[in-house]
Amino acid sequence: MSINKKSPWVLHYDATSCNGCDIEVLASFSPVHDLERFGVVNTGDPRHADILLITGSVNRQSIPVVKQLYEQMPDPKVVVAVGICATSGGIFKDCYNVVGGVDKVLPVDVYVPGCAARPQAIIDGILKAASILEEKEKALKER
Amino acid sequence: MSVIKVILIIILTPLAGGLLVGFDRVISARMQGRQGPPILQPFYDVLKLISKETIEVNRFHRFYVYLSLMFIILTAVVMFSGGDILLAIFILSLGAMFFTLGGYASWSPYSVVGAERELLQMMAYEPMMFIVAAGLYYVSNSFFVSDIISQSKPAIVYLPVVFVGFIYILPFKLRKSPFDLSVSEEANQEVVQGISTEYSGRALAVIEVTHWYETMIALGFVFVFFAADNKISHLIAVLMCLVVYMFEIILDNSTVRVKWQKALSSAWIVSGILGIVNLTVLSFFNF
Repeated sequence: MSINKKSPWVLHYDATSCNGCDIEVLASFSPVHDLERFGVVNTGDPRHADILLITGSVNRQSIPVVKQLYEQMPDPKVVVAVGICATSGGIFKDCYNVVGGVDKVLPVDVYVPGCAARPQAIIDGILKAASILEEKEKALKER
Repeated sequence: MSVIKVILIIILTPLAGGLLVGFDRVISARMQGRQGPPILQPFYDVLKLISKETIEVNRFHRFYVYLSLMFIILTAVVMFSGGDILLAIFILSLGAMFFTLGGYASWSPYSVVGAERELLQMMAYEPMMFIVAAGLYYVSNSFFVSDIISQSKPAIVYLPVVFVGFIYILPFKLRKSPFDLSVSEEANQEVVQGISTEYSGRALAVIEVTHWYETMIALGFVFVFFAADNKISHLIAVLMCLVVYMFEIILDNSTVRVKWQKALSSAWIVSGILGIVNLTVLSFFNF
């Protein structure tokens, strides 16, 4: 297991979510689920982050913000879409103001469906993202 | 011989500092009812940061943090090889100064706000550092650490009140609550990450390692207060360093960040009153 997998730092952004998934993301850092035991830190800073957690169906106004956050993160980086809205748009899929899913804007690596996604599923998603991070780092080194 | 000693200080100080920070994270987690990360987590973090891409905002941005690390290493060498404590304090503030300049170097509003707060913090804790140096000189008639820790009685016997004042300003140096205004592990609610906002990859790893050195230097001052010429007192001094660090962890978890006005004024009032009272009483008895 490489070092990268042992300390994935997470940046969480709410792109037009109803806050349900955001509460569950924060719940997975709470004493009950305690994501920090895997070395995960909830940073508020894209420059420090390895994993971008996005919740919500991404409306038109949040597209530039999401793109900017992704560009500000240093390589290697992984995107996790949390909740069914971030995965596919969910019940808001056909709304005129949303693009419906993070993968319309950014390359998404891990999908965590659910309305709202359960903390167990989010933890699983973040750990999966950490192993993808490891692969991406290897690919970067070979290049 | 002295070269080996210097190399040992340069290598062992961050290792011990990193372990202490890891211990701090585990203890803090247990206090909050969590399991917490492994004790080696700070080392994992730094190794990961070294392997990541370092984004350069402008040319001098990274230069300042490397310079800051160099001066802090120099402080550790001067301090732990028994050198001049006044010189150590001066180089320490020079290192902090370059870190602040690093905050100003990128024009991110968050890092500029962090840098301004760091300057305020320096204004708040510097007077007490000089009172500590003056008190230690008054007790031992020497600024050299090697002389101060080889007196017949430890300095704490004469300077208990100055020591309390020093404990009061210690959270500034350890970047702990209630005085973690500029940079801290938890400051991301307020100024993103303060000075370190625009740093990534290797430069951020350098900032972390600098913090480990600073932690050890701060505890080095605690050691100087308790050490005397017998070996048992050195053991007691090391134990007291751990007790003080434990106290700081409890303080960190039980207090909230104060506003800068309160941090500055209370630090000056505490260091002024406690420092002057202790030094006046000492000169009155004229031991």
